[in-house]
Amino acid sequence: MKPAPFVYHAPADVQETLELLAELGPEAKVLAGGQSLVPVLNMRLASPAHLVDINRVAGLDEVTVEPGGVRVGALVRHAHLLSHSAARTAQPLLRQALRWVAHPVIRNRGTTVGSIVHADPAGEMPAVLALTDGHVLLRSVHGDREVPASSFFVGPMECCATADELAVEAVFGRFPPGTRTGFSEIARRHGDYALAGVALALRLGDDGSVTSARASFVSLTEVPDVLDLTDAVAGATAADLPGLAGRVEEVVGGHVDPVDDIHASADYRRHLAVVQTHRLLDRLTAGEDADGTVRLPDAPTDQEVTA
Amino acid sequence: MSTRSVGAPVQRREDPRLVRGDGRYLDDLGHDALAAAFVRSPHAHARIVDIDVTGAIDVDGVVAVWTWEDLQATGTAADPLPMLLPHPSIEHPVTTYALARERVHHVGQAIVMVVARDRYVAEDAAQRVRVHYDVLPAVVGVEAARAAEHLVHEEAPGNVGAYFEQHLGDAPGRIAAAPHVLELDLDIERSACMPMEGKGILARWDAEEHRLKVHASTQTSTGLRAALAAKLGLSLSAVEVVAPDVGGGFGVKINHPWPEDVAVAAAAMRLRATVKWVEDRREHFISSAHERQQLQHVRVGFDDDGRILGLEVQLWHDHGAYLPYGVIVPLNTATHIPGPYRMRNFSVTFTSLYTNTVIVTPYRGAGRPQAAYLMERTMDAVARTLGKDRAQVRAVNFVQPEEMPWDLGMVLQDGRMGVYDSGDFPASLDKLKALVGWDDFEAYRAQARAEGRQVGIGMACYVEGTGAGPYEGGHIEIETGGRVNVSTGLTTQGQGHQTVFAQIVADELGVKVEDVHVTTGDTRRMAYSVGTWGSRGAVMSGNALLLTARKVKERALQIAADALEANPDDLEIVDGIVQVKGAPTTQIPLPMVAVLANPLRYAFDETARAATQFGGKVDESKPPVADAEHPGLEDSEFFSPVRTTFANGMHAAVVETDPDTAEITVLRYCVVHDCGPMLNPMIVEGQVHGGVAQGIGGALYERLAYDGDGQLLNASFMDFLMPFATEVPHIETDHLETPSPLNPLGIKGAGEAGTIPTSAAIAAAVEDAEGIPITRMPISPTDLWRLRREHAADHHPEEK
Ligand SMILES: Cc1cc2nc3c(=O)[nH]c(=O)nc-3n(C[C@H](O)[C@H](O)[C@H](O)COP(=O)(O)OP(=O)(O)OC[C@H]3O[C@@H](n4cnc5c(N)ncnc54)[C@H](O)[C@@H]3O)c2cc1C
Repeated sequence: MKPAPFVYHAPADVQETLELLAELGPEAKVLAGGQSLVPVLNMRLASPAHLVDINRVAGLDEVTVEPGGVRVGALVRHAHLLSHSAARTAQPLLRQALRWVAHPVIRNRGTTVGSIVHADPAGEMPAVLALTDGHVLLRSVHGDREVPASSFFVGPMECCATADELAVEAVFGRFPPGTRTGFSEIARRHGDYALAGVALALRLGDDGSVTSARASFVSLTEVPDVLDLTDAVAGATAADLPGLAGRVEEVVGGHVDPVDDIHASADYRRHLAVVQTHRLLDRLTAGEDADGTVRLPDAPTDQEVTA
Repeated sequence: MSTRSVGAPVQRREDPRLVRGDGRYLDDLGHDALAAAFVRSPHAHARIVDIDVTGAIDVDGVVAVWTWEDLQATGTAADPLPMLLPHPSIEHPVTTYALARERVHHVGQAIVMVVARDRYVAEDAAQRVRVHYDVLPAVVGVEAARAAEHLVHEEAPGNVGAYFEQHLGDAPGRIAAAPHVLELDLDIERSACMPMEGKGILARWDAEEHRLKVHASTQTSTGLRAALAAKLGLSLSAVEVVAPDVGGGFGVKINHPWPEDVAVAAAAMRLRATVKWVEDRREHFISSAHERQQLQHVRVGFDDDGRILGLEVQLWHDHGAYLPYGVIVPLNTATHIPGPYRMRNFSVTFTSLYTNTVIVTPYRGAGRPQAAYLMERTMDAVARTLGKDRAQVRAVNFVQPEEMPWDLGMVLQDGRMGVYDSGDFPASLDKLKALVGWDDFEAYRAQARAEGRQVGIGMACYVEGTGAGPYEGGHIEIETGGRVNVSTGLTTQGQGHQTVFAQIVADELGVKVEDVHVTTGDTRRMAYSVGTWGSRGAVMSGNALLLTARKVKERALQIAADALEANPDDLEIVDGIVQVKGAPTTQIPLPMVAVLANPLRYAFDETARAATQFGGKVDESKPPVADAEHPGLEDSEFFSPVRTTFANGMHAAVVETDPDTAEITVLRYCVVHDCGPMLNPMIVEGQVHGGVAQGIGGALYERLAYDGDGQLLNASFMDFLMPFATEVPHIETDHLETPSPLNPLGIKGAGEAGTIPTSAAIAAAVEDAEGIPITRMPISPTDLWRLRREHAADHHPEEK
């Protein structure tokens, strides 16, 4: 469990980083929080010849809340974003999901952008980026690309960034006022990657009936595609939902495509997708706390169901 | 009077050092040492066609690259490793070589050792070794081993390593005549010890002294010393082994020599160097040891009250690729099945099977969790059949306190008869029922149901043979400065020995706990010892140290009596001062007694001046050191019990199962435990808590997921799920203290207690919540969800 030899680079600014990446090409890997990359190196599942450590690069550690979205720099740690009150007010899903990302010590180092570039189907933040119609800003010596979430994720553990590109920031979109959001996840142990997780954004009309419902999933789809549930539940009020159970099951069950592994069968994961979608729909239409984090009694109560 | 510290919750003296990060674990030692890394088999079963090490030799910084052939130059290092614990049931003992010879029998088996400047270089070079394999079919799991379509070892037909049977009374006859008969098939999976620190060895060849100096992360430094001397062809006196701080053991560090021990120590000798190997986590998963897996078949006959009339059990035990540690685990299962119950008509057989997986050696509980699981699942099935209270069915079967000592009628793993020496099972059950609120549970269940919640309760009882011999020893030396040096040979992996042994010695000698300094696991200090396993540390070394302290005290009182011109019987020692009872002003401090005990020739310092032959009044009629005495206030003594003492306990679990998601939450966990008088209740509770945490891991989270080819799919902490603090509930404890007549302290072991009945208790609680028989553990939400669907399909087939 010692990594193969590599050359270590610690650039001081973005320009130097981009030049290094251009020069070193596919032989190099960016090192951000290291919470995914370092275990991979130690187990020699990858042995890049060069590591470009961006932790000393200036100007990448800011969270900026703008009308168009929440901009999260490449060195913003999960913990920083989780505690950022303006970000959570602007996009409640950030906090609702981030509290499910690993444990505090890992959130203290792991970066949100790193987890998006890592593109793990079991990661929470790719699903949030997708549901919020966010995008990633990729930069290389050749210029910038702004890639929407819908085309950023290419496959499991694979995004569209090329070897010479640095993901400079991820931008999470904001929902129109009145949108209710919720995040639910079931993991084997507290802090583990999800067996199944669901992010949901719901809008209600003046009469309290659903006008739009969209969901994205964790550990259930190869890439975080957004499922539009509106057709299945449009016009429904809280009281109508039990009658729509079959329809929701059909739509969600048809969308997700989980696999068997040693922790859970594909059938069980699919079942969890359906159960959690139901639960979120129930809670959000009823206007309850949709946090889904019942296991954290000491956490402050959130005003996250924005009506 | 000094206040007694034994029985008080004295804080652990080792903790300030350990929690500050001042511990010295194996990897903290030998920074300049050469490092070893191993090329390990990627196949579960293969013939080695060819090994090409040329690529590795070329790597800068590589010192040696060894295959099996290279071991031939050193002692018997190239011979198969020893079978440590022969037993009549073992039909085909097969052990491995330190480096694989011609064949490999599990993924992870060591084939080539690289020794290099550091571990990084060693791993780089190891990666360049090319091994060509002829892959053979793998045998994985009990079913495949039993079917014996393929053999793990040609020399073990049917894959059978050992077969054992024992018959008490006439179980088949009694079952045939019983009003009720039940059969059960039970299954329990593998788990593993998973100490925070893996195994490791640092071996230094001292060319000037011609000695091998070893530090090892071990549960038995004397065992490792003897093993290395034998394998390397060294005299015992040329080998010393010291256990530094050891980051957990739980059983996996008892079986020596490991292949790496032999290879690394041989390399240190041959290269005349210091060589270190520290096991990494992946190595620990695929090349140390696992435990627990068994298939069990039960046939039980019982009467209308649930009284068991006859019990027939067949066990199939998966012992992995080799059998270095004998049949301790299945033998423990077989002999612990009767538990606290009268079992006069009992037949048990076990078949211990080879598979192409990591070897099986004891893990905390060592076969007993499987026994408790079998017996307690059976008790619950009996109660369910009769529609009776599960506690009541247990109670009618209990051995009664007035029947102690209760002869089990079976020979235990230590080769001696099993006799329950103490315990009051009805009293323990009453305590448990009160603690968990057993009789009020139906009201709670109804209330939960009204809230749409599903809850269940279960209990499990066990007895545990603890504190097995043959012996442990103590050595105590009182320095002239007042410091009390205590040494015992067994090793410490976090149990709190520094505290508890100091308490025992301090009380007996009449000194302060702070003045007592305990050393464990250092063969330079104590060459005779067995090791730390089987809940024996306190019973064996605790009693040895008590006896040693008595001996030293007697001598101190004699010397003090001479000095004070008093009768030793009139003296007492209080806070390190020997004084006349009732006339405490007539006194002499213990350090001065130590000075008097050592008549010296040279006056190095003030205390020595007082002790020189020329210092004081001389009695010309006596030699300076009396006959049958020795200089210095020090002595040693050994404790060897006639037989194992039996601790016992009862656990209850309350669980909630989510009706939709099948998630299982342990709401409450209650333990009633009887290890006799508690030397330190805080440490006993700590042991129970840690044990329960491991038990919960084994019940709900941990398994070793082998695929059909013998690849371990979850060989990391990412996928092998040990419970976090968030998964372990608050543990409620109560104690019964029935003393053991088998040792002067009256104590019984507590180290494994928490782990033994946990799977059984949780299985019972889940079964109670769900109304579905639970026959396979561990159980995860995905398993429970599948069981629910199968159960629903069986009961409402039209809905399928
Ligand atoms: C025990 C444990 C539990 C975890 N549990 C979870 C969990 O439940 N949910 C979850 O989502 N994650 C989890 N993680 C992963 C964690 O969130 C990681 O921090 C995250 O996935 C990667 O972020 P990082 O900053 O550590 O990236 P690194 O490990 O440094 O990098 C990951 C990959 O992304 C690339 N990369 C990183 N940043 C950039 C960039 N700016 N531009 C281009 N490429 C880049 C790297 O080259 C590398 O390939 C867990 C990790 C651990 C160790």
